[in-house]
This record gives sequence, structure tokens and C-alpha cells, in this order.
Amino acid sequence: MALSGMRGLSVFISDVRNCQNKEQERLRVDKELGNVRTRFKNEKGLSPYEKKKYVWKMLYIYMLGYDVDFGHMEAVSLISAPKYPEKQVGYIVTACLLNENHDFLRLAINTVRNDIIGRNETFQCLALTLVGNIGGREFAESLAADVQKLLISSSCRPLVRKKAALCLLRLYRKNPDVVNVDGWADRMAQLLDERDLGVLTSSMSLLVALVSNNHEAYWSCLPKCVKTLERLARNQDIPQEYTYYGIPSPWLQVKTMRALQYFPTVEDPNTRRSLFEVLQRILMGTDVVKNVNKNNASHAVLFEALALVMHLDAEKEMMSQCVALLGKFIAVREPNIRYLGLENMTRMLMVTDVQDIIKRHQAQIITSLKDPDISIRRRALDLLYGMCDVSNAKDIVEELLQYLSSADFAMREELSLKAAILAEKFAPDLSWYVDVILQLIDKAGDFVSDDIWFRVVQFVTNNEDLQSYAAAKAREYLNKPAIHETMVKVSAYILGEYGHLLARRPGYSPKELFTIIHEKHPTVSTSTIPILLSSYAKILMHTQPPEPELQNQIWTIFNKYESCIDVEIQQRAAEYFALSRKGASLMDILAEMPKFPERQSALIRKAEDAEVDTAEQSAIKLRAQQQMSTALVVTDQRPPNGMPAQPSIGPLSLVKVPSETVDSNPGDQGLTHPNGVVYKEDPQPPSQDIIGDLLGTLSIEGPPGAVAQSPQSATYEAEGAPSAADAAALVPVGEESGSVQPIGNINERFYALCLKDSGVLYEDPNIQIGIKAEWRAHQGRLVLFLGNKNTASLGSVQALILPPTHLKMELSLVPETIPPRAQVQCPLEVMNLRPSRDVAVLDFSYKFGPTMVNVKLRLPAVLNKFLQPITVSPEEFFPQWRSLSGPPLKLQEVVRGVRPLPLPEMANLFNTYRLTVCPGLDPNPNNLVASTTFYSETTRAMLCLVRIETDPADRTQLRMTVASGDPTLTFELKEFIKEQLVSIPTAPQRPQGPAAPPPPVAPASQDPGALLAGLL
Amino acid sequence: IVHKLIKLQIHFVLLISRQGKVRLTKWYSPYSQKERSKVIRELSGIVLNRGPKLCNFVEWRGHRVVYRRYAGLYFCMCIDEADNELEVLDIIHHFVEILDRYFGSVCELDLIFNFHKAYYILDEVLIAGEFQESSKRTIIRLLSTHDSMVEMAKEEATSIGNMIAQVTK
Repeated sequence: MALSGMRGLSVFISDVRNCQNKEQERLRVDKELGNVRTRFKNEKGLSPYEKKKYVWKMLYIYMLGYDVDFGHMEAVSLISAPKYPEKQVGYIVTACLLNENHDFLRLAINTVRNDIIGRNETFQCLALTLVGNIGGREFAESLAADVQKLLISSSCRPLVRKKAALCLLRLYRKNPDVVNVDGWADRMAQLLDERDLGVLTSSMSLLVALVSNNHEAYWSCLPKCVKTLERLARNQDIPQEYTYYGIPSPWLQVKTMRALQYFPTVEDPNTRRSLFEVLQRILMGTDVVKNVNKNNASHAVLFEALALVMHLDAEKEMMSQCVALLGKFIAVREPNIRYLGLENMTRMLMVTDVQDIIKRHQAQIITSLKDPDISIRRRALDLLYGMCDVSNAKDIVEELLQYLSSADFAMREELSLKAAILAEKFAPDLSWYVDVILQLIDKAGDFVSDDIWFRVVQFVTNNEDLQSYAAAKAREYLNKPAIHETMVKVSAYILGEYGHLLARRPGYSPKELFTIIHEKHPTVSTSTIPILLSSYAKILMHTQPPEPELQNQIWTIFNKYESCIDVEIQQRAAEYFALSRKGASLMDILAEMPKFPERQSALIRKAEDAEVDTAEQSAIKLRAQQQMSTALVVTDQRPPNGMPAQPSIGPLSLVKVPSETVDSNPGDQGLTHPNGVVYKEDPQPPSQDIIGDLLGTLSIEGPPGAVAQSPQSATYEAEGAPSAADAAALVPVGEESGSVQPIGNINERFYALCLKDSGVLYEDPNIQIGIKAEWRAHQGRLVLFLGNKNTASLGSVQALILPPTHLKMELSLVPETIPPRAQVQCPLEVMNLRPSRDVAVLDFSYKFGPTMVNVKLRLPAVLNKFLQPITVSPEEFFPQWRSLSGPPLKLQEVVRGVRPLPLPEMANLFNTYRLTVCPGLDPNPNNLVASTTFYSETTRAMLCLVRIETDPADRTQLRMTVASGDPTLTFELKEFIKEQLVSIPTAPQRPQGPAAPPPPVAPASQDPGALLAGLL
Repeated sequence: IVHKLIKLQIHFVLLISRQGKVRLTKWYSPYSQKERSKVIRELSGIVLNRGPKLCNFVEWRGHRVVYRRYAGLYFCMCIDEADNELEVLDIIHHFVEILDRYFGSVCELDLIFNFHKAYYILDEVLIAGEFQESSKRTIIRLLSTHDSMVEMAKEEATSIGNMIAQVTK
């Protein structure tokens, strides 16, 4: 089909197409641009037709990728042309050439508005399309009301109204305040009764945006969405033209289900039932057929239904159905379905209780790791990463290691990082962890970042049991003929530090260690030499009695490097040489490295920092940011309340840190962030640290142990004090902070979150704090969603976690400001160390305008979150019950003042707390027996058994027996159940004067939850 | 990690030929000129190099790009991770079916010489990055109405031109 009437344009396009090479094309384009520019300069002589033609040419040139930096004005001016053909061109070209931030657009607002409120339907459509595609905030403010009118007008035709709906959606995105919630909710509900499916589809998209921002105002739309979905899924009353490959508008179906996912739940039992019927029908009635388009359409609907089922937290049975379906999908031939099967299985991991079913598909998922499609391989890797836990870490990590050798380059770095993180998080034993990292370096050294080997060094340093093992391993790798330079670094470091532990074994004498390390010397680069030098110095020090021959060899090396051009190497060589002649002081300074302060895993921090800027960026890194930004530290326990760490020690330094170095660190380096637990990255490159260390060492010979105190107090001076002052300005809670009142009952929200894993923790007019939690064994991963509800930023945002002693909690960095209408996600890692009912508290504050708001919120990381339901058979139950014969492992108590509950309701209550009621175990129908598994670091998985004997005559009292293998657990669980059964007592009021200590210095031994109860 | 609360569905639409020539670009999120070129460069590199029989999705800068190849032309749409990939694949095919019906067995040349129409047709399928109309018939009817409006305006112009020509003769 020829371009009607515009020969000049056709000729130009043909010319460009006929160009033999890029250079010719550029010449032709430049010529045309020059031509257009001259014509535009002399605008008077330009007919509308010519103007139109030149503007099209500009768009074409622009599309070819050339800069078109003029003529925008001409395009915009065509919008106000009186005739359709010119006006249309003006609208389309403007929408393509300019983006919403362009100044010229402002000039067009009036013309656009006139077209919108005018009577010409065609012009209305053009204007609505432009605003819908590139309208910005200014458009939103001046046009939203007019657009709303068109959408609900009864005299407008569907073709205008559907455009108005999407245009309004754009404007709402730019400024949500332009839609007045109160008046609009009813209108929105009416729009869902729309007969025209085009208008309904656009309206549904609008609803999705509205509910995503504020579902509460739109409850009345929920049943209508369910009705619409029912109608579509049953194909009732759908015009033929609105079916696509026999499926009633898959788009409308998907949108409707998307909207439903923004409502936290469906409460009305009838609506819920109808919805589940429809979903069941979709889940079970979709088959893979031959026609690829039909398949795509039906599965678009199916996958959205799956997402909705997950969101609604359906019955376990339905969830298992979903997993079974996904299990089928990940094995089909159709690659799209395979991809989405894996992706949705990963999402399914967030649902409790299905992990075990997903694990059954492990073999198939591992197969997908070798799929020819990199997209699918990525999904498989993501899923394996997500499903990994202590039980399968060995298998999965070993698979990843094996895959590493054949994996494409694009994935290797990600693979190594993942394998390293999993190995660290789920290592069944630490020697395995060391094995994994060394294998990683061996197989994919180029892709193993420094962080990975720094981390393994930290582990080895901090775990004495590991040191000789690691030294032996390092020695083994050095035997290999060709090893990666990173392996040389890590082996040399470890052998320098711990080689002497194995000195009695054959092959481990100082001389032999030196020789095997030094063999690698000719092949390494400058970055490795300093490590080798340190290693030699250490070996020399451990050679007792001294061996003159070895000493001379090493001294020769030092001598040689004393004149090295690299400053770092030169300094090390000079100083080690001088030190090694001093004898005793050498011993002191070169003694074993002290333990590293525990800190956030650099690996995971790396995953967080990973720039989103590379083409090969994968979703995994983003997910890592969202879900697990801080790793739990496997070794020594860190004091709670986020004690400041020692200044970051350069991972390369082999020398103890003397106090001078510490003091010379400026206050904010490597110290605790005000948030308590996150460590700032040391801005200094490690090599500078080393120089500092060495200089310090020569002047100071004090024991390093006493050093850590001074910087701590300095931290409080530097950072703790201002925050304490801020806090003092707003305490006592409930008085000054009265200006900003919370929305909803904070207590009720907390109790609700104790039972479910996602919901709102706190809300006030400025902010909403949501929580989504995932619990696995003794670990939990919470994400705090901090949503700024305002159109202005919230500043001075601080979140401090006050963990009780039994919980180890790490909150990732919380930004100081939350941009307008933005949501920030802050992952919080929780590890349960031992049974306790104490509750953690989030001390949260922000500034809105001049008002400082501070709230203290209990966090739903409560005892029952560490329970896993388990059903036991009579054969398992009775022997256990008998073997736990009496106190302190089995405790019995008569509880009075119980909230009277019928037995089935009590059973329900138990089940919601993840205590599985086992019917039939107790012959007495008035009794109830329940079992559960409790997870903590000290108790590991521990079976708990509970028996409740009720008195049908008096429901306010009962006898309770709780048994487990751990006395504290038994006691705590008993008390916990008691609290749930007895109506919750109000906490004793504690006097709370203004002199109350600011939260950051609350003693670790106190339960912050109890403190808070006092405040409430 | 800052997410806008109200997200949009399709960030941009790209039509690229097998030789890497751009046939249509439409941006629903604000990208600067520089970013636009960078996106096109990066994505052509990724999408054009994918073999046949692979899935229709690629992961790119934390987003998903849904693409499908028709003869020598790749239709790509960029969405967020959480969006429904297959739904967008359906949109692509729907768009292609409309082009096909409008041009009558559409080929790449139609889209080259009538690129302005391709833009116009796309505007009937998507606004604000959201799906607008699932009835092909409705869209085709609308397009022909507008074509006839352009034709009428042209005839009008020529007849006026003729009149002027006759008067001034």
C-alpha cells in the first residue's frame, strides 16, 4: 500500500533504503535535515500539507536514530491546526518526539484542553491519546476534571470513554490527588457495570491503579470484579468480537484478577466461594493445545489465576494443586510455559507449607539449569536459590558448582555469588563451606570476586576448628600445577596464618610451605605480591628455631622488593625486613590476626550494591536486594542492640590493628549506622589501611584487645547523640506526638500480624508500614514496606530495631528520606536463638514538615512464627509423651479465666498458631491434643506436645500439659498458649517520665517488647 | 530500591528488523533521547541474537522484555517483572493481527512506507502503556473512518485548489 499523496516522503524513505552503507545514509539524512530546517525557517511560505510532510520526515529520521534537535515547535503547532489530517500528524509526532518533561508541551495544554472539552469526537480522541501517552503533572492538574467528566458522561460514545479511562489512569499516576477518592469510589463501581467491553477493559486498568494505591476506598468494586470474572470465565453474554482464539477477552480476565490481588482478602463468604469456584475452573480447565496463540491466551489467564490463588492464601489443598500444576509445567516442551512454571514456583516459595512439595521437583529444576534458553536457566537458578535451605543446601550447591564449569560467561559471576551465599547461609558444617569456596575459586576464579575470598578468610580466622583444615586444603590446591591467582592469594594467606598448625605433618615444614608458595611467585600480578610478602614474613616468624637458609632466602626477596615501584609492595618489603631483624617485636606484631568483627556479609552487600546498569543484570540481584540484604552471621554471636563494630579491617592486612589506626579513623568510617546494625562500607581501599596499620604498628605495641572501647563511645558521641536528642524531643510517646495520630488500632494490627504473614503494621496520614514475612525453621525474613502517602518527601527517617536477647535481627539500610508517594522496602533478617516470648520492637521515626513523629511498634516475630505444624501418629505420640515424664520437661497447670470457646473453635485457634491438633489421639472428646515443631538455633528442631483437658461444665477453666525436650521451651510454650487462651491482660502501666533513657542505649537484657508494653 | 507506588504496564514498544533497523518506537515511560538510543542498542543486541524455539521472554535490567518474531521483524514490549508476560505476548499478536487485517497480509515494507499509520494503529491498541481494545472489528472500523476523513479533506483541498485555479485563470 503506497503512502497516499506524500510522494516526497516515499521518495525520501526509498532513498534512505537504497543507501549502500551507514555513511551514505548519514549524508542523505543530513541533506534532508538541512532541507527541512530551511523550509521551517521560512514558515510563511509553508502550506499545511508541506508542514505535515516535513514533520513526518523528522519522525522518520528520528526513528532511524539520528538526533533531531529542531522542528519540535512545528510539530506541536500542528496540534492547533483546524483540520483533521494536520491535527492528527501534530498529535502523533509530538507524542513520539517529546517526553513528558519537555517544555514545549506546556504550550500545547490549552489547545489540548479545547479539543478535550470540544464537541468533535475525533479531536477528543486525539487529545486524550496524547495526554494518556505523555501527559505530565501539569496536564494532570489542569485536565483531570475534564477527563473524568468524559469518562462518566452518558452522551459520550464508548470510543471516547475508553480513551478517557486510560488517560485518567495516566494522570492519576502523575498525581494521585487529582482523583478525589470520596466522590470517585462510587463512580468507579458504576463503571464496572459497563456493557461495552472496551470501556470495561480500560476501566478495569484504571481500577488496578486505584486499588494498588488505596484499596480501602474501593471495597465496593470487589464483588463486581468477581462477577465480571465469573461472566468471562463462563463465557456468558460475551460478544464474539471480544473473544480471542475462543477465549473471552484474556486481557480483561487478567486485569480483573490483577485488581483482586490488591485487596488484602475477600471477606464475604459467598463472594469468596464464587471466586474460588471460578479459579478452580480456570486451574483445572486449561489444557495445553496445539495452537500457540490459544495456548498463550489461556495460560495468560491461568498464570494470573495462580497468582490470585497464592495471594488469597487458599486452602492447602488448592495450593498443592497449584504446585502440582507448576510441576507439570516445568517439564513441558513449550518454552514459555516452562519459563513461567519456574518463575511462579519461585513465587510460590513465599507461600508457607508448600516448600516441601516444591522440593520434590528438585531434579526437574536442576535439569532446567541446563536448558538451551538462558532465560529459563536464569529462572531455574533463581528458583534453586530460593528453595535452598539447610536440608538441601549440599545438593543444590554441588549442582551449581558442577554447572559452573559449563555455564555461559554471562551467568558465571551470578552463579558464583549465589553458590557462595548459599554455602555461607546454609552450611551444614563449616569445613564444607571452605570446600565450596575453594572449589569455586578453582573452577571459576575469574568470576569469584574478592569479597568471596575475603569472606572465607574471615570465617577461617573466626573459627579455630577450621584453621588447620583450611590450611591443609590450601596446601592441596597449591600442589596443582596451574591455579587461579585468587587461589594463590587465599592459599598464601591461610598458610601464612595457619600453616604452622600443621608443622608436624610431612610436607608442612616452614621451608616446604615457603617453597610451594614461592613457586607461584613468578606467575602472579602485583596485587598478589603483598600477600605473598606477608605470608613469607609469617612463615619466617613461625620458624622456631630460625633456619638461616630460609631466612636468607626470604630476606633476599624482601631486599629485592624494597626498591619496587609499587608503593604498597615497597613498604611491606622494607618494613617486614626491618621487623624480622628485631626478633621479639616481630613475634608481637606478626602474631595471628585477631578475630574479625562480625558484620554483614560483604557478599550480600555486594548483591545489594550491584549496579542495575549492566545489560546482563538479572532479576536475582534485585531479589537479593529485596529479600535478603543481610546475611546471618554463622559464627560468634554479636551483642544485641547493634553494638558498633571495630573499624573495618582491610581484608588484606595480616597485621593486628593497633589503637592508633582506630583513632585515626574519622567517626563515621566503618562504624555502626544509626539504624544500629548496618555497617557502612569503609570508603578507604584496603591498601591504605595496610599502610596505616604498618605505620601504627611500628610505634605502638599495646595489646589490641583493649582498643575497641574508645571508638564505641566515639560512635555514640558522633552518631548516637543526635538521634538521642531527636528522640528526647518527641518522647514521651502519646503526648507530643499527638499531632499525628495513627490510623487504626496498633495493637490489633500487631495481633493480626502474629497470625498472618503480611499486612499493615502501622499507618498514619503520612506513612504506611507494611510487613511481609517469610519464616523457615529458625529463620525469618521480614520485609518492611515503608510507603510515603504524601506528595512531599518524608525526611529524617530512622528505623531502629530493639531485639530481645533471643532474637538476632539485622535490618538493611533504611534511607533517610522517602520520596513522595514512593515505597521503600527494607529487608529484616531474623534468627531465633532460643525459646522466649519476648517481643522485638521497631523504633521508627520520621519528619514530615516541622513535625517529628516517633512510634514504637512491636514486631510480629513472635514465638509461634518459629513453629512448624506437624502431625504425629499415635505410635509416635505416646512413647514421646511417656518419655517426657515430668518437670521441667513436662509441665502441667490448671488455667482459670479462660476465654470460653467451643472445642472446635479452640482447635482452630491452635491450628492458626501452628499447633496441629491431632484428633483421635485422646479418647476423651472434651480433650484436645496438639503437636508442633519448634525451631531455634539452640534447640534446633524440637517436637512439642500439648494436651488440653476441658471441663464441659465450666469452659472458663482447663488443664494444660505441655511437653518438649527443652525445659525453657516447655515453659515458654506453656505460657504462650496460656496467653492466647486467657483474654489478654493489659500490661501494667509504667511511669514514663521525660527522663526516660532514649531507646538506643536500652540495656540488652531488657525485653523491648515489655518496655513498649509499658509505654502503651 | 525505590518503587513508584503506581506502576505502569508497558514501558515501551520497539519494532526492530532482523538487520537491527528500528521500525517503530513508542515510549510510555519518560526516557531521555540518550536513554532511548541506549535501550535500543542494548535490546537489539540481546533479542536479535536469540535462537529460534526459545521462550519469548528475556530479562533485562530488572525488567522483562516480551518479544516475538514475525518474518524479519521483532516486536518487543518491556514490562515489569511482576507483570503477566503471556498477556503482553497476546497484545503483540493482537496488534500484528490488526496490522495484518488493515494492510491485508502485512509485510515489513508496509510498515516502512506507512510508519505513520503503524503509530496511529498502535494508539488504538495501547494508551498509557495499557491495553485499550480487544475487538479487532471496532479498531478496523475506526481506522477506516479516519482514513476516509483524511481522504475527504484532501478532495476538499483539491477541489478548492481547482476552483481557485479556475478563478485565477
